[in-house]
Amino acid sequence: MTLSSTSAPAADTAAEPFTDAEVAAIRADFPILARTVRDGRPLVYLDSGATSQKPRAVLDAERDFYERHNAAVHRGAHQLAEEATDAYEAARAAVAGFVGAPADEVVFTKNATESLNLVAHAFSSATAYRALGTAEADDRFVLRPGDEVVVTEMEHHANLVPWQELCRRTGATLRWLGVTDDGHLDLADLDRVLSPRTRVLATTHVSNVLGTITPVAELAAAAHRVGALFVLDACQSVPHLPVDLPGLGVDLAAFSGHKMLGPSGVGLLWGRAEVLDAMPPFLTGGSMIETVRMEGSTYAPAPQKFEAGVPMAAQAVGLHAAVDHLTALGADGTGMARVEAHERRLVGRLLDALGELPWVRVLGPAGTAERGAVVSFVVDDVHAHDVGQVLDDDGIAVRVGHHCAWPLHRRFGVAATTRVSFGPYNTVGEVDAVVAGLHRVREVFA
Amino acid sequence: MDLYAELILEHSKRPHGAGLRDPFDAEVHHVNPTCGDEVTLRLDLDGDTVRDVSYDALGCSISRASASVLHELVVGRSVADGLAVHTAMRAMLTSRGTDPGDEDVLGDGVALAGVSRYPARVKCALLSWMAFTDALGRASVPA
Ligand SMILES: Cc1ncc(COP(=O)(O)O)c(C=O)c1O
Repeated sequence: MTLSSTSAPAADTAAEPFTDAEVAAIRADFPILARTVRDGRPLVYLDSGATSQKPRAVLDAERDFYERHNAAVHRGAHQLAEEATDAYEAARAAVAGFVGAPADEVVFTKNATESLNLVAHAFSSATAYRALGTAEADDRFVLRPGDEVVVTEMEHHANLVPWQELCRRTGATLRWLGVTDDGHLDLADLDRVLSPRTRVLATTHVSNVLGTITPVAELAAAAHRVGALFVLDACQSVPHLPVDLPGLGVDLAAFSGHKMLGPSGVGLLWGRAEVLDAMPPFLTGGSMIETVRMEGSTYAPAPQKFEAGVPMAAQAVGLHAAVDHLTALGADGTGMARVEAHERRLVGRLLDALGELPWVRVLGPAGTAERGAVVSFVVDDVHAHDVGQVLDDDGIAVRVGHHCAWPLHRRFGVAATTRVSFGPYNTVGEVDAVVAGLHRVREVFA
Repeated sequence: MDLYAELILEHSKRPHGAGLRDPFDAEVHHVNPTCGDEVTLRLDLDGDTVRDVSYDALGCSISRASASVLHELVVGRSVADGLAVHTAMRAMLTSRGTDPGDEDVLGDGVALAGVSRYPARVKCALLSWMAFTDALGRASVPA
């Protein structure tokens, strides 16, 4: 079975894809793209969905921080401590601005996984406070017997397992929305699954396997109608599309710096100020307190409340450079719109080419307008590991396996898929290279 | 590429001893959590001899070929021989390309030597062997 695509851009994207010359200039900023792999083959990096490559500006920003400003953030009053704190807080403001939010609504974490665990733990901590009467707890985060937590069948394990664990800690019931054969959330399920018992709905913005862009505004409205909080996994959207988190109507959102040209070791949680204020802390210790006595402590306001210990300042500074870099990829702040247009064009070209191969089955929506920057597929009679290995031999880096979305793979009856995912630096030639590589896969295993 | 030697492709397409058979003394199920590959393996012992190893392997060509080679190498041999072959196989697969394998011990299995240069694939090749040693451990538990 094959699916064909329509390469029409989404109606709201007026931005142009990058020209060949522009892509060449973008690539020149990424030192790693100049290296060769597997006996001298040029690197064709098509695994940005797992982690993006880093431009020189990000590497330089981290080095500059360590060479000139390094000190423990929010501790001490010497000049370096001041400079380090300023740099860290400037990074917060920049990342917040990148997603349309005020600075104090953005919390730095280790990665999106930690952000989602932080939110899940807010529920169980509030539930325990209430049960034991040991601290005040906001009703929205207190789970009672019979309460339900709702996710979807297309979630990354990072937006599934923390909710399963929350249910084990509290006795709440996990429910989920299904996925249709063409890779969309089954919205017919929405009314059946959501009820006044639902306390939180957590879904992805863009599936890291199917590429599907989910109808976030509709989902958030449905959650709010039944009085539930809405949590968004924005890992695969923020690095690839212009995203205004407050404008989407969601309550909380998680994403990772390393997938958006930034360093590893820094992730983000955005939350509406009032929601963050209502949440108990997650990790506790230094830097997140207001007063500490032996009998007990009070905590700083958000976001500090959620940032225990000396934070990852250099990585935050690197991420600041990354969002500046992304924004500057288009004139007048149109960087992300152009990234979206560029990646959509690559996705369209790949879907069209795969549609010509009767022995390739693409998972997910047929059209590019409903898709982010990933395309996953199976090759008839060839396991994804073997597909990836032959491509790797050509210097082409793709992801193979279940991509941390095992239930979704089970839903489609496949053990593993091959995933191509794009970044701003990918070229049309690289799409053609992967298609040529697939013909070689067929030759080896036919 | 050296990973996909003709012999490996041959084993993966026409695996020896595939399928689950009765009777058996132990059945185990192993998965490779990074890629979701699975093998269900049954072991049938006759005293100290491996009478049969039957299996259902869901996975890449390397893991399927390795299960086929396992069947070929251990069925009809003593448990001690089976364990010795496992040790040699593991040594070759984890050698990062320095141990080509002894054909007298590993038979067609030496064709898997190329796997050792691809650390991400070593687990694929070891999956059925780990299931085999696990099954031996369970089957030998004194009644
Ligand atoms: C959709 C989605 N959610 C969550 C994650 C987890 O991100 P991280 O591993 O950076 O915490 C990823 C990436 O791995 C992802 O693609």
